Amino acid sequence: MTTKRLDDDRVEGLIAHLLRAGVLIAALVVIGGAVPYLSQSPRSHVNYRTFHSQPEYLKSVHGIIGTALSGDPRGIMQLGLLLLIATPIARVMFSAVAFAIEGDRMYVGFTLLVLAVLLYSLFGSFLIA
Amino acid sequence: MNVIEFTFLVWTGSLVAGFLGSLTGLGGGVVLVPLLTIFFHVDLRYAIGASLVSVIATSSGSAAAYVKEGFSNIRIGMFLEIATTIGALFGAYLTAKVPGKAIAIIFGIVLMYSAYVSRRTRPRTETEQPPDALATKLKMNGNFPDTSGIRTYNVYHVPAGFGVMWVAGALSGLLGIGSGALKVVAMDQAMKIPFKVSTTTSNFMIGVTAAASAGVYLSRGYIDPSLAMPVMVGVLIGSLMGTRVLVKTQTKRLRLVFSVVIVLLGVEMMFKGLTGGF
Repeated sequence: MTTKRLDDDRVEGLIAHLLRAGVLIAALVVIGGAVPYLSQSPRSHVNYRTFHSQPEYLKSVHGIIGTALSGDPRGIMQLGLLLLIATPIARVMFSAVAFAIEGDRMYVGFTLLVLAVLLYSLFGSFLIA
Repeated sequence: MNVIEFTFLVWTGSLVAGFLGSLTGLGGGVVLVPLLTIFFHVDLRYAIGASLVSVIATSSGSAAAYVKEGFSNIRIGMFLEIATTIGALFGAYLTAKVPGKAIAIIFGIVLMYSAYVSRRTRPRTETEQPPDALATKLKMNGNFPDTSGIRTYNVYHVPAGFGVMWVAGALSGLLGIGSGALKVVAMDQAMKIPFKVSTTTSNFMIGVTAAASAGVYLSRGYIDPSLAMPVMVGVLIGSLMGTRVLVKTQTKRLRLVFSVVIVLLGVEMMFKGLTGGF
């Protein structure tokens, strides 16, 4: 029981590093897009009163990566946000591996179930949206 | 307002929201949606999208700090995430079907209910009950560092907690919040998990729950990068500041702050919803 607890603590420590790294990278990418975005047209007006859906290239994983690579500031910010969304997903993947190493099949199963829901939302949800 | 002014003000507001959200275990989003819609006149869908993204930042950013303290329970979190993620997907699906007015009213009800349950004193049955069979089978019982050394605890009423977690997930997806309050209710009140373990495990789960609806939001175009940018950066810095306070603050004072904030926001959102502000 003591060794299992120690393993859990180590896994939690690694997860902490993973989460921090993911958030930090995401924030840096977002800021990397924010600097050119704010300097491009700082005096122009903003209006979020009425909703009109984002353009296609800022809505899908594929589109966002392409837009960011073309150097578009809003695309780069959106890529940072996508990395942020990916951070908890990476954490769940990591947990699945950690439970597998511990030989805890029941929790590998639970974790994969959570992972499936997350991946469906990110890649397949346009089917229901 | 021009781009610079708007970005700076939203950033400042989000910083405060992140600080409060992290301090109370609410996860920022609950303060953000009223802030963006009421003070910045942002459309509810954009507000929900930006809020949800920031919820992921808050959760992941502060979870990193909590994990080191040894309070959160990874198995309880993972098991209950099955309920919250499926709920979140369902909630996000509903967002497009439910009118904004109704979302605002539901928002208000959720906030006020959370405040009510968190203030209700539950009889502290510290007398040792026999461990719950299902919780034991799911390896949920754990321990955490207390002032008097390592304290062990048992977990009870797993199905009830799982059910409440599904609702918490659905509300998270519908309202773009972390549903931290309801997650704490499920763990602290239903499953009898110690408050500190509940709040930290809840914070840990919020990011995964929010990621489940974020995909749906993204493909619907609710996430505007120009709005989400100051919100995310502000909330992240604020939440990291809030985390430093949590470990030192007494549970009692924490709950008081928690309740006052959510009641005020609940009243505000319900009023706006009922008077057609959305």
